[in-house]
Formats: sequence, structure tokens, C-alpha cells
Amino acid sequence: MSATRETARPRNLLRYVPALTVGAFLLPIGAGLVGTLLPAFGYLPAIGGDAFTLAPWRRLFSYPGFASSVWLTLTVGIGTSLLAAALAFLFCAWAHERPPLRRAGAWIAPVLATPHSALAIGLAFLIAPSGWIARAISPWLSGWTLPPDLATVGDPRGLALMLGLLVKEVPYLILMIVGALHQVPVREHMTIARALGYSREAAWIKVILPQVYPQVRLPIFAVVAFSLSVVDVALILGPSNPPPLAVLAVRWFTDADIALYFPAAAAATLLLTIVGLVLGLWFAIERAIVAMGLRWIARGTRRGLALAFASAAATVCALLLLLAFFAITGMAIWSFASQWRFPDLFPHGYSLSNWMRRLTDLAGPSGTTLVTGVLATAIALVLVVGCLENEGRAHRRASRGALWLLYLPLLVPQVAFLFGAQVLLVRMGIDGTLAAVVWAHLVFVLPYLFLSLADPWRALDPRYARAASSLGATPARVLVAVKLPILLRPVLIACAVAFAVSVGQYLPTLFAGNGRVATLTTEAVTLAAGADRRVIGAYALVQALFPFAAYLAAVALPMLVFRHRRAFR
Amino acid sequence: MFRRLLGVACAAFIAVSAHAQEVKWSEVLAKARGQTVNFNAWAGDEKTNAFIQWAGEEVGKRYGVKINHVKLKDTAEAVTRVVAEKAAGRNSGGTVDLIWINGPNFLALKQQGLLHGPFTQALPNYARVDTTGIRSNVVDFTIPVDGLESPWRRAQIVFVYDSKRVSDAPRSVPEMLAWAKRHPGRLTHPSVRNFLGSTFLKQALYELAPDPSVLQMPATDENFAMVTAPLWGWYDQLRPTLWRKGEQFPDNGPAQRQLMNDGEIDMMISFSPAEAAVAINSELLPDSVRTVVFSRGTIGNTSFVAIPYNAANKEGAMVVADFLLDPATQAHAQDIRQMGNFSVLDFSKLTPAERKRFDDLPKSAALPTNADLGTTLLEPHPSWMTRITAEWEKRYTK
Repeated sequence: MSATRETARPRNLLRYVPALTVGAFLLPIGAGLVGTLLPAFGYLPAIGGDAFTLAPWRRLFSYPGFASSVWLTLTVGIGTSLLAAALAFLFCAWAHERPPLRRAGAWIAPVLATPHSALAIGLAFLIAPSGWIARAISPWLSGWTLPPDLATVGDPRGLALMLGLLVKEVPYLILMIVGALHQVPVREHMTIARALGYSREAAWIKVILPQVYPQVRLPIFAVVAFSLSVVDVALILGPSNPPPLAVLAVRWFTDADIALYFPAAAAATLLLTIVGLVLGLWFAIERAIVAMGLRWIARGTRRGLALAFASAAATVCALLLLLAFFAITGMAIWSFASQWRFPDLFPHGYSLSNWMRRLTDLAGPSGTTLVTGVLATAIALVLVVGCLENEGRAHRRASRGALWLLYLPLLVPQVAFLFGAQVLLVRMGIDGTLAAVVWAHLVFVLPYLFLSLADPWRALDPRYARAASSLGATPARVLVAVKLPILLRPVLIACAVAFAVSVGQYLPTLFAGNGRVATLTTEAVTLAAGADRRVIGAYALVQALFPFAAYLAAVALPMLVFRHRRAFR
Repeated sequence: MFRRLLGVACAAFIAVSAHAQEVKWSEVLAKARGQTVNFNAWAGDEKTNAFIQWAGEEVGKRYGVKINHVKLKDTAEAVTRVVAEKAAGRNSGGTVDLIWINGPNFLALKQQGLLHGPFTQALPNYARVDTTGIRSNVVDFTIPVDGLESPWRRAQIVFVYDSKRVSDAPRSVPEMLAWAKRHPGRLTHPSVRNFLGSTFLKQALYELAPDPSVLQMPATDENFAMVTAPLWGWYDQLRPTLWRKGEQFPDNGPAQRQLMNDGEIDMMISFSPAEAAVAINSELLPDSVRTVVFSRGTIGNTSFVAIPYNAANKEGAMVVADFLLDPATQAHAQDIRQMGNFSVLDFSKLTPAERKRFDDLPKSAALPTNADLGTTLLEPHPSWMTRITAEWEKRYTK
């Protein structure tokens, strides 16, 4: 009798964890959306908007660069997503059973861990007319004694911005696809297809891709939404006259003229609508491609152009990886440079004085970054483990709908709810505090942690837990003494992912922190607007090193802890 | 007789008020001890950031006041925050204690009654401020300061060029157009949304407007088109000759300086007469850069610090404002190894020892003398800047 009570109590508590988890990120998003939607139609009594009106929309539409801004948003968003998806799939087709794919994780984890803004900052120097690439070919090859007057960064069409997004998104999608491949009987299907005479690439595209696509649809949608609404990368690499819609909204939200809140809210609402429409359109195009693709597959061409396309894509992916590598290396060199002018390939001299002077500046934001990341990750971990435990004990798996819910923070544009969420934080009196920033980070950290941990957790052989229970262990003891040790590696990797997500947050930190909570990312983006490149280099480097260190720790820790238990390593 | 009486009365009054002030200041110092001042300041310039950090260490040592530099991308962010706090009903315990401010942002806060003060008369070091010779110390973009903000650094437009590549630096707005036509792609200006970019246009307007005196009054619907017509005529010709054909602009001054350091441009506008000297010193520009000032004078203004009405740490903020006016602080700020900005103090009000601090500062070939700087033109009314920015966006944003 008493034994059943003991086991029943924690289970009852656990029952509330999923609701708490969903609430933790649905509340700010929901309140935020309402808080943005109302001012978009003129209602925000605090600053004199008492009546519903369409004036904010008229103001938005009459902005001189409005049409170009929307066009830019669409072309960059859709173009980047299409390219990223195509490159990622073709790369996987090319790399199937080739050595690079087996080590793909090791290659792209550092890129994934590096915050968007740090990569963008490095990329800006790499591709500028006076940048590293131009320096490498000047003047001996290009004949340039002065940098050419070319718009390679901040170009009006947003090509530099697209490149900056691709560098991050292609590796992300590749990792998602590789993860999803475990759910598909790849080896068997490939063997059959190859036996029927299909080339490796053609077989992969015709047989594996259609099975994998539904598994990675949500990550692709997240990429679409992100490319349409990105702010930090657009500030660094994108055009500014006019900027993409998301940047325009942020620019107006933070303008001294308080009346601009209204058109800013309208712009954010429009962006939300655009994201919704584009995702709908994407869905429709998927159907069309399925219809056409079926006929193409049925035609049964064994080789075709698949190999050519896949090889080209693999080359592009390798180039993107190289760009990312040199972007960070360039910033690292800058942080130790004294003078480094065009067309010198390397600095005129090196010195440690930049670092010596920056150490005190870096300490504060580094501490804040660390504390925020650790807190958000720890809270998210408790919630996620709670959810997964509850799921396991209640023998009920999260539904498809729950998965969409998890992806919500990644699908809704940040500008569309962060301003409204800020109003909520002000009402609660916690705006500008570390707690507010941790909460804002949690909204984005939670889904990533859940998505990384759910599969390994669910894949754990239930017989371990059953064996422990039959030996008299309580569920709590099973969790602590059996499940968590076995799952230590995936748990730590999931935490590293979550920590990296937290480190990279720009807009949520800016809004929830009310500009007063400075992290490495907010500092780096602020500095990127024009400060001394040696200083930017130091910030970008430290910013990139933080998540990288977390990954290393996640890999090294199990080896250390389980040095006497080979199977656990 | 009457005069003498008046004189005595005045002296007595001054003595009394000075005493009252002294008492009050010691109270301010006592209350300030232990406070942390949230100093909201534009953080795009490393030298200024380092200076604020140094100032924080100094006021910490001397007065037990800490400075938390809230780093802004745009001063408007701080204005927004104060306005938002007012909207949310937070009339005390506000999160902004001190703002580096001037011009339109000051006007916005002053008009809405969101500033603490007048407080400058209570600052002991304010007595040394030049309030007659440097008009911009008391009239901020034509708006009377009324003791609501305390000056701390001065700015005046100069042009920086690379003497290795430029031998024919222009000395007027029309000459600049001719120069740009001879050297296409080698000149730019910061984005017009940035104060330095709009100042570039204001400087041109000063020289091109039929009667520049109207700029001291608010722009009206009637006179704006007429007064600015020559400006747009000039700019329409200039723009295609600019860097990136005038379709792209650096975000702000430091970004523009980076272009100069990268060799993408040969000449740039600056709001700090010492920028070239400071930048050479910190290896941010080649040694060959020099400074030139337009012969008919250039726009100059003063940077201030202001305290929002709801600031939580008003006393600490006042201590910082006073510290910024200390002659030793001002001399440190004017050092080209630091910020290099020109002082707001009246040197005739300083002791010889205090003056010597300024005389002993390092010199540089890139540093203009006060004589080189020539006439300082007063900032136009903020409405001109607002309208010029809007008009520019309308004309050149496609």
C-alpha cells in the first residue's frame, strides 16, 4: 500500500511537466503575438493608441523602399531555403557510403556551434572588395593596387546575406538529414536500387530522398522561416537601403520616434503573414514536385545528371565549409594584428596588446553569456527529461501536433512576438533582468534540446529500466542510476546544442534584456557596425569558442567519467 | 550708490547660493556613494568605450560610484526606453540614469518633460565651462539647454584625407563635388540615418542655402523645398561619383574609417578634429592621413549628458557628470592617445597648473590647431535634420 503511494507521487508531479514546458514557451509567444498584432492596428493605449485604425499599415506601405524591402525579403528567404535544401540533399546523395559522410558530424559540428553573427562578421571581411580573398589575389593576379569598387557585402540584392545564411543552414540540414536516415532502411533499399542498375546518386535521390523528406520537413520549414526573418546576419551582411522587412521592423521598434512602434508592429505582422504564406506555398510546391517526381522516377533513368548535380553540390558544400573556416581564422588573425592593410595577405605586425586591453571588456559579457547559457540549458534539461520520463511512464508518445508545437518558436519570426513579449515582461516588472533573458533564451533552447534528446531517449532499451525496477529500484532511482548514466553522452551533446543556441541569440537578448544585458553576441553585433576590426575579431573569436568548448566538453566528459567502462564511452 | 548696493546684494546672494550649493553637493556625494550609474552611451567607438571604462574606475576610487556602460547602437534606444517606462507608469526607479545625448534626442526628452533638472548649476565643475565663447555649450541644436544636460565633449566637422593619394583636398562644398568627379568612387559619407551622415548633408546645406540664417528656426512646409533645392541639385551630381555609386553607405563613422583604412576610400567626413591623429596613434589609419577644414567654417556641436526624470541613481549620475567636467578629466579626454576630443572648458577659468595639463598633451601633424578649425557654425534646428533625412530616404531609397 505504502509502496504504491511512494511511486505514485512523483508520477503525479511529472504529469504537469509537459504542460509547464509548453507553457514556458507558448506564453511569451502567444502574449507576444497579441502584443504585436494590436499595435499593428493602432491599439497600444500606453503610447496613445486608443482606437483601431489602419494608419500603421498606410505608414508602412508609404515607406519609400517598402516594395524593394518585401521583394528582398522574399528572394533572400525563398532563394536561400531552396538552395540550402537542394545542396543538403544532393550532398547526402553524393556522400552516401563515402568516407566524408561518416565523419560529417565532426566536420560540421564546429560550424553549427558557431553563432550566426560570428560567422557573418568573419565572412564580411573575407568577401569584401578589400577583404582576405581580394588580398590573396592582389595585385599579382587581379592588378588591383586599390580595392575595386564592387558591392560584395551589403549588395542591394542580398547575395552576401544569402551566402552568410547558406554557410550555416546547409550544415544544419545535412545533420538533420543524416539523423533522419536512421529511420529509413537505407542499406536495404540502396542495395536493391543499385542491383537494378541505378547509380549511387540516382538511387539515393529516387529511393531514399522521398522517404527522408517528410522527416526533415519541419527543419526545412524552420530554415524557410529563419531566412525570411533573420536580423543579426542581415545587419552584418545585408543591404540597408532598404533593408529586409525584419531589419526594418527592428529599426522602427528601436527608433526614438515612439510613433514608429505602430508601423513597426505592422511590418512584423506582415512578416508573420509572409512566413505563413511562403510555408503554405512551399507545401503546395511539394505536392507539385511529388506529382512530377513520381513520373520522373517511373521513367527509370538509371544515371542521368544526378552524379553531375550531386558532385557540384558536394563541391559547393566543401567551399561553404572552407569559407566558414577562413571566416573564423581571419577574425582570429585580426585579433592579434597591429596593422593589416590592403593588399597585405597577412598583418604587418602582431601584438597581444589588443587582447590585453580587451580582457576586462570581454569578462562581463562572457560571464553573462555563460550564466545565461548554463541556466537556460539546465532549466530546459530538467523540463525535457521530465517530459520524456512522463512519456515513458505514461506509455504515451508525443503526437505529431506536439512536434509542430515544439517547432513553433523556430517557425514564428522573432520580430513578430519579441516586442509584444517585451510588453509582457515590463508588466511583470522583470524586463531587463537576467531572469527575463534566460526565459527568452529558454523559448529557443527548449525545442532544440528536446529534438536532440528525444530520439536517443526513446531508443533506450526499456529492459534496462525493467531490470532495475524488478530489483526494487524506484522510478527516480532508475532515472538517476540507470538511464542518465547510459544516456550521458546524448544528454551532454543535447546540452551542448542547447548552450550553443543560447550563445547565438541576438534579438531575444536585445528585447528581453532591454539592451542592458550584454552578451558576447549582442556586443559583437553592435561592434560589427563599425568598430575596430581587431576588437570585433576578439569578440567573434570568443563568441565562437564558447559553444565549441561546450561541444568538446560534451565529447570528452563521458570518456573521462567512464574511462573504466568501455561500453559507455 | 544704487550700483554698489546692488553689487553687495549680488555678492551676498552669490555667497549664499554658493554655500547652499556646497551643502547640497556634499549631500549629493553622500547619497551617490554606493550607487551604480547606468550610463547609456553610444558604443560604436572603442576609444570612447575605453574612456567610459576609465571614468568608471576613477569615480569608483574617488566617490564610490560605479558606472555600468549600457552600450547603445543608437542613442534613440535610450530615449525609447525612458518613453516606454513613462508609458508603463514607472515614474521612479527607472533603469536609465545617464544618457550621452544632444540634438534631436535631447529635444524629444525635453519636450515631453522626461528630464531631471535643471541640475548643471549644482555641479562644482560647471563653473569652468565656457558658456560664452562656445555657444553650443548652452544652445543645443538651437534648443536652449536650460541646465537640463551637462556638456562633456565638443565636436566639429573636419575632413580626413590620405595625403599619399590626395594632393588637392577640397576646401568647400562645391570644390568637393569637383574633387569627387575627378576621383570617382573614392568618397562616401555615413548612412543618412546616422547623425554623421545627416551632418554631411547639413554642412552642404549651410554653404548652398541662399540664406543660412533660416536654419536656426524650425523648418516649415513652405520654406523647406526652397531652402534645400540647391542641396539636392548638388547631391544629385555628387551621388553617382561616390563609393558604390552612392547606392551603399557605411553605417556610421567608424565603419567609414574602416573603409579608409582598407583603402576603399581616400577622403571622409569626421566630427572629431582629432580623429586622424587618434586613429594614427592606434594604428586605425595610415600615418599619411591629414585633416582639412572648409574655409567658410564647419558645423560644430557639443555632446552632453542628461539624467532622465525617473532615474534611480540621480546623485550618482550627477557625480559622473561633474567628474566629466573636471579639468584633469577633460585633459585626459583631449589626449590623442585617448579620445582626443576638444574640451568644453573655458581655459581662462583654469589655474595655470590645470592649463599646463592641456599644453603638455602630445602633438601630431594630423591634428588641426584651433586657428585651422576657423569659424564654428551652429547646428541647424533639429527639424532640418529630420526633414532632410526623410527627404533623402524618399529621393534615394528605391
